[in-house]
Amino acid sequence: MRSLLYVLTFLTVIAAAFWAYHENYKTQAALGDAQSVRGEIADARARLAVLRAEWAYLNRPDRLRDLAEVNFERLELMPLEPDQFGRVDQIAYPQPPELPITDPVEISSAGAQEQEP
Amino acid sequence: MIRTPLRPLARILDARRKGENPDAIERENLRIRHEQTRDKARSRAEGRLLVMAVMFFCAFGVIGARMGTLAASEPAEPRAQSTGASIIASRADIVDRQGRILATNMETFSLYAHPHQMIDPNRTATELVKIFPELDVERLRKDFTGKRKFMWVRKKLSPEQKQKVHDIGEPGLLFGPREMRLYPNGALASHILGGASFGREGVHSAEVIGTAGIEKFFDEELRDPAREGAPLKLSLDLTIQAATERVLLGGMKLMNAKGAASVLMDIYTGEVIAIASLPDFDPNDRPRPLTQGEAADSPLFNRAVQGVYELGSTFKVFTSAQALELGLVNPTTVIDTSGPMKVGGFKIGEFNNKNYGPLSVSDIIVKSSNRGTGRLALAIGTQRQQEFLKGLGFFEPTPLEIVEAAGGKPLLPQRWTDLSSVTISYGHGLSSSPLHLAAGYAAIANGGFKVEPTLLKQSGAKLGPRLMAERTARQSLDMLRKVVTEGTASFGEVPGYSVGGKTGTADKPKARGGGYYNDKVINTFASVFPTNDPKYVLIVTLDEPVETSGTKPRRTAGWTAVPVAAEMIRRVAPLLGLRPEVETRQLTGIINTSN
Repeated sequence: MRSLLYVLTFLTVIAAAFWAYHENYKTQAALGDAQSVRGEIADARARLAVLRAEWAYLNRPDRLRDLAEVNFERLELMPLEPDQFGRVDQIAYPQPPELPITDPVEISSAGAQEQEP
Repeated sequence: MIRTPLRPLARILDARRKGENPDAIERENLRIRHEQTRDKARSRAEGRLLVMAVMFFCAFGVIGARMGTLAASEPAEPRAQSTGASIIASRADIVDRQGRILATNMETFSLYAHPHQMIDPNRTATELVKIFPELDVERLRKDFTGKRKFMWVRKKLSPEQKQKVHDIGEPGLLFGPREMRLYPNGALASHILGGASFGREGVHSAEVIGTAGIEKFFDEELRDPAREGAPLKLSLDLTIQAATERVLLGGMKLMNAKGAASVLMDIYTGEVIAIASLPDFDPNDRPRPLTQGEAADSPLFNRAVQGVYELGSTFKVFTSAQALELGLVNPTTVIDTSGPMKVGGFKIGEFNNKNYGPLSVSDIIVKSSNRGTGRLALAIGTQRQQEFLKGLGFFEPTPLEIVEAAGGKPLLPQRWTDLSSVTISYGHGLSSSPLHLAAGYAAIANGGFKVEPTLLKQSGAKLGPRLMAERTARQSLDMLRKVVTEGTASFGEVPGYSVGGKTGTADKPKARGGGYYNDKVINTFASVFPTNDPKYVLIVTLDEPVETSGTKPRRTAGWTAVPVAAEMIRRVAPLLGLRPEVETRQLTGIINTSN
């Protein structure tokens, strides 16, 4: 009985050691992943900063104004003017669709002249 | 355990036979037994003490060894902890009120040299000069072949330049990462942003520090890692700032002015929406300050904030507002403005020696009568005038969040005599910046509350103490409107936006004292729009303008600053989201008919 207990304890220790060994390696791998993800985040952030700077640079008012002038024939962009403001009631509502003609009546103007007095 | 008997029979019998006392044997044995017990207890105690000592030694040894390794090892980031937002060490961005970038950072490289590692210093020097023509080849050659072990070659490199330097293939040329400040909009709002440069420099990084403007004012805040990169949000609007600068530049060229400044401010929050000063500069490549001559001639000089000028007749409305507030007059009170008028032995005259005769207070402002406002000022008195102007903020530099603002301290008369009082009533003898004037006009436009100009985006109205009654402010605003509809600022009418304002033409004082120039003026137009529901003040100041379309050169604000301001309002008001109020006119071509 006692020797069985010893054997069981020994096996438990072996199993625990095996599990701990694996957990240790999994943890190391997870830490490595986390670090590389963190590196990617830092890279992405740096790239984002560059893209933002470039966006701001490409959208600087001077350049947009020059582009609007160069492409004036095609786009006809003008500075915003006070008379470009409108009111909602100045916009026409869309016309209601015409009702479908369900029973058409054949009419002809032939002979209309003759009925005139 | 076998105990030794205290009275062993054999020895007792033996002792009795010899006639000795057997009790002595017992005592002897008892003594030996006691000694044995004592020795045993002692050795056990010693053993326990030893174990304890070893235990303590091990425990302290472990603690000591751990402390030693902690102290001696390189610090490392904890890898297992997941921090939510990592500390961002770079300088925070500056954005406009809609989040568009005004200043940001960019990664770049610096170039340094280790001359002792160089293989061919002469060739390197010539190759470097081919890439960077501003370097001096002789100097480089001397540095590379001398005793120096380290030297900076350039602080910033573009990627193309870096590649070219790579292509030289010299192992003694090395790159260090750098973070540089970038202003993507170029010269836009340059006086506000200021500029940045490197502070302490190392091979691996360099401090970016603000050198002027808001970059220097908020240097600590922008560098604070606890911000986590949250951008600094300004009240400026990029689009409106661009339109303002464009119109101002056009106006300055058209009116042949030396410089120009404009301030557009929200009258309730004090937010500066656009502020421009021309000529300007590119903060990416900030010019050096002038070492000789007038500081005001440098493009670095911010005319809107640093420049203190006598702003002329624009001050008249403050005088009339105070007279109304004190109940001395009402807008229709008639005051005799005919000359001659002498104060302190000094003759007060009108523009072009006109004589307007009796005028109502309202017409004094509309026609811009010096003698009229002078008489009002005398009625008010010097003490009360000083208090009123102090309340409007004309005694202190403006609290704008740029370092240069503290330099824009108004110039006050040393002794405030009756004559000072009279001249200040029409804007001479007190020099202040256009921004001061904007704050003063904002108080009239918002119904009489003091506002402090700010560059930071505000969440709501920031009204200070009341300076004048609402009725006074309204009456003054009506006068300003009349100046545009029937007075000196008739070019200020913008269809759809009812503009009110006051012109100011002030002769420039000579730099070394001794009177005023005859042909150099500062023209100012201080305006409020729309007057039916005031929202913004706009100040336009032109430095030494002259309008030459007529037979004689014209130098009054009505001909120079007013048209520029009107064009600015026409361009900027729609961008501010102000809907034009269209006056409905009688439709022509429709005639009542009946048949």
